[in-house]
Amino acid sequence: MKIIEKRKISFAISLIIIAIGLVMTMINGINLGIDFTGGTLLEIDLHQAVEVVEVREIIDQYDKSASINFIGEERELVQIRTTSDFNSEDRAEIFTKFKEKYELPENQPERSQQFGPSIGKEIRNKALLSILIAAVGMLIYISYRFEFRFGLAAVIALIHDVSIVLSVYAIFRIPINGSFVAAILTIVGYSINDTIVVFDRIRENLRFIKKSNYAQVANDSVNQTVSRSINTSVTTLVTIAALYVLGVQQIRDFALPLMAGVLAGTYSSIFIASPLWVMFKEKQNKTSYKTKTEMN
Amino acid sequence: MKTKNAIIFLIVIAIIGLSMFTALFGLQLGEYQIKPIKEAINQGLDLQGGVYVVYEAETDAEGSELDQMMVQTIEVFRRRVDSMGLMEPVIRREGEKRIRVELPGVENAQEALALIGKTAQLQFLTPEGEVILTGSNVVKSQAGFVNNVPVVELGFDSEGTKAFADATAKFIGQRIFIVLDDEVVSAPNVNSIIPNGVGQIEGGFTVEEASRVASLIRAGALPVNLTEVESSSITATLGINALARSVQAAQIGIVLVLLFMLIYYRIPGLVANIALCVYILLVLGIFAGLNATLTLPGIAALILSVGMAVDANVIIFERIKEELKLGKTVRSAIDAGFKSALRAILDSNITTLIAGAVLYQFGTGPIRGFAIMLIVGIVVSLFTAVFVTKFLLKLFVGMNINNNKLYGA
Repeated sequence: MKIIEKRKISFAISLIIIAIGLVMTMINGINLGIDFTGGTLLEIDLHQAVEVVEVREIIDQYDKSASINFIGEERELVQIRTTSDFNSEDRAEIFTKFKEKYELPENQPERSQQFGPSIGKEIRNKALLSILIAAVGMLIYISYRFEFRFGLAAVIALIHDVSIVLSVYAIFRIPINGSFVAAILTIVGYSINDTIVVFDRIRENLRFIKKSNYAQVANDSVNQTVSRSINTSVTTLVTIAALYVLGVQQIRDFALPLMAGVLAGTYSSIFIASPLWVMFKEKQNKTSYKTKTEMN
Repeated sequence: MKTKNAIIFLIVIAIIGLSMFTALFGLQLGEYQIKPIKEAINQGLDLQGGVYVVYEAETDAEGSELDQMMVQTIEVFRRRVDSMGLMEPVIRREGEKRIRVELPGVENAQEALALIGKTAQLQFLTPEGEVILTGSNVVKSQAGFVNNVPVVELGFDSEGTKAFADATAKFIGQRIFIVLDDEVVSAPNVNSIIPNGVGQIEGGFTVEEASRVASLIRAGALPVNLTEVESSSITATLGINALARSVQAAQIGIVLVLLFMLIYYRIPGLVANIALCVYILLVLGIFAGLNATLTLPGIAALILSVGMAVDANVIIFERIKEELKLGKTVRSAIDAGFKSALRAILDSNITTLIAGAVLYQFGTGPIRGFAIMLIVGIVVSLFTAVFVTKFLLKLFVGMNINNNKLYGA
């Protein structure tokens, strides 16, 4: 594979996907989970197919901006999300209205969650902070273990992967919530992991070459590690795919971005990170060559 | 040499097999009993159903005053929760002003929440609305019957006894009011002086209501007003379904990974698979040993980590293949493969470990479960993928299974 020579193509593919994601974000907006905004979530099994209007009629007495979805295999489970937070008494009252109208046998909603606005803000800030700290921690570690240009290339690849995953969130309107943080950090870990294996090979191969043909070294290293990259992503993808196919909704919301992240991580470690490193290296060489000639 | 290695290999397989059996079905050895892993691991509310709520105290108190208030509140919560007779409820202070209450396996979450969060302020009032005595004067509170009608029977302390005797003397022929949480539950006529410090609330109760009110009064009033800042409930059906489907996903995912490794890497693949079984056993065992709580995201992390755990093996085996292609013997190819792969494995795992540690530090609830699983998974996979695989591969070589083809080259 001549990855380095064809880097323009691979950069273009990534940019297109990220651009689509950006456009979708602008069209769809960001779907923040109630744990980030504060609010209430109720899932009630109605045991029958019901029109949205009927549900709206009950909910409007409490919150006119509530979003209503039907979920579950039979679409008989109504999911109500509001940004105002109702305490357990209010929620019991809402549930009782449904219980009376549809003669439900249950005594409580299937699922019921509430987050106060201050808690939402706290969770959101903590989430942002944790992603930031993790990214900085990894950058420090890589810079310590590798040369700075490796670190820079790895971090750009990382931003690339996270952007692609964010696009997936935007395109499929997956709520950004607590699991989002776990998904992003897992992908961050995986992606760095993948890039490091390739960079480790480059680092090793650099010792054997005399001329500074960085493109050649990178090409060789990628080719030597490519079957590992693919096999690891296969084993990881297989397990996540099983989760996606068989899991419940929350797990699917978690598995889909992870699959995208693993694919992006594998792709970027092969087609983005190493070409970037070569570009940085060649630029460094040119400048040092220039300074040398100027000095002469 | 050959037989010795074969025997060691068989013993190892037998131990792993026995451990797997124990993990699945438990083991009884005389006095000692090992629980199957399914029972030994705590399950989160999202897997077994239940309710949790985080209360915030509405107070400006600080320091030791606040501490005392929180301790008292927790004590009242504990008494109320104990009266529900639940397995393993959790009540703990979170941060400064918050208290988290987790009630696993509760069947009616709304009712449970109403019971814990009740102010339970009991007052006996004169016809003019003056306080005769309060819940703090009550030393005994139990459900009973008067003429076959359920009532709450109260016993007062000395101060309460005196106040009650005085009041019943003063207001004979009039009504006094028994108020629970700003609601008049009973307004009995005073027929005679009651000097012995006992009282009854006839509130038109059912038997259950009478015992519920009795236990609320017994548990005492909360020292401070509390607001629900976060709460969540999920039915057991939903939780158990989530668990069942995740376990099924895990089984299928793991089998597919095992098959892939076996087909692609043959003998080393088989060795990696044995190491993977050890990995799963160790992760679950450590998880149970840490008394950590398994959550839905935790299961996702476990399944994910299986896929990632074979990564170290993949790196090593690819290296071994390369060394074999260079013409090395199987034995020296294995040594060289492990040696050159180790650095990449360490570097790549440490970065994931950083992600896990940050998640653990900043995450709450289910996300913490995810982080613990991730961390345990990484540490264990380093051990199984490097040491266990190396040990087993050497055994195979020792059994003269040396054909290059069997090692994927």
